[in-house]
Amino acid sequence: MSETAVLDAIDRVLINALQGGFPLCDAPYQAVGEMLGLAEAVVIERLQAMLARKVLTRFGPMYQIERIGGAFVLAALKVPDADYAHVAAAVNALPEVAHNYRREHALNMWFVLATETPEGIAAAIASIEAATGLPVFAFPKEREYFVEMKLHA
Amino acid sequence: MPESGALFDAHDRRLIVATQAGLALTPRPYHALAEQLGMPVAEVQARLARMLENGVIRRIGAVPNHYALGYVANGMTVWDVADEMIDLLGEQVGRCAFVTHCYRRPRCLPDWPYNLFAMVHAATRAQVAVHAGEIAVLLGAACRQSDILYSTAILKKSGLRLPA
Repeated sequence: MSETAVLDAIDRVLINALQGGFPLCDAPYQAVGEMLGLAEAVVIERLQAMLARKVLTRFGPMYQIERIGGAFVLAALKVPDADYAHVAAAVNALPEVAHNYRREHALNMWFVLATETPEGIAAAIASIEAATGLPVFAFPKEREYFVEMKLHA
Repeated sequence: MPESGALFDAHDRRLIVATQAGLALTPRPYHALAEQLGMPVAEVQARLARMLENGVIRRIGAVPNHYALGYVANGMTVWDVADEMIDLLGEQVGRCAFVTHCYRRPRCLPDWPYNLFAMVHAATRAQVAVHAGEIAVLLGAACRQSDILYSTAILKKSGLRLPA
């Protein structure tokens, strides 16, 4: 687990203001700076620094691949403890695995498959089953309930 | 631009591939994309605006790392909710301020009896458990059983990657 980062007031203002709504104008960092009372260069430097320190995992558009015919599926494995590291390496090696978390449960590895077509999900699951010898439990989203999706920094 | 009705065309796909790792941290990021893709900047902006409007882009901005912000306890709370109640109750659970994702997913019996997944992030596991208690109150008798799966390691976090 990564450590809690030391954030100053400017970092916090940027995190709280920029979890959506980044403008599409010609000089968007300047526009954000004007809104928050910060110079354009400060906005850019702070975002660069927070990405480098992994306070931010990304900065940019977040795509909903389902809207363009692709698919996201949550899936899980029951991995024997002795095999955990090599199974994690085999699963993570697939580009279709967007994230992967270890969790405390008999189903102890939970990952998200993101593919450009629905058929890609079945192919990715087949690859994982072949590489690990373990059955994949797939939990496709049947419905998404609206969330505000704001973390307070 | 794509035909009316089409959500997305080959030029949009090139834009997605060019921005899926992130937007340039330069004063004119859309100009940088325009130059890279050989597309007028106004078209880059119009295509991004269109994808925001039709939901291909969920939002444009920063994705914070929960752990770095002090949300070090991450509990996937899972619930076995009566089918006839789940959509009504799922909407209410999604509205809880501490829930960051909320989905209905299929059960996988006998290993997995749960059909409602609500991700809860907090500073401590004790706080996650308090929030799970609030969800339990909200679900009431419609919920038959539940569990909290805490994460103990991030094994990978790269997000979407379409091949170029």
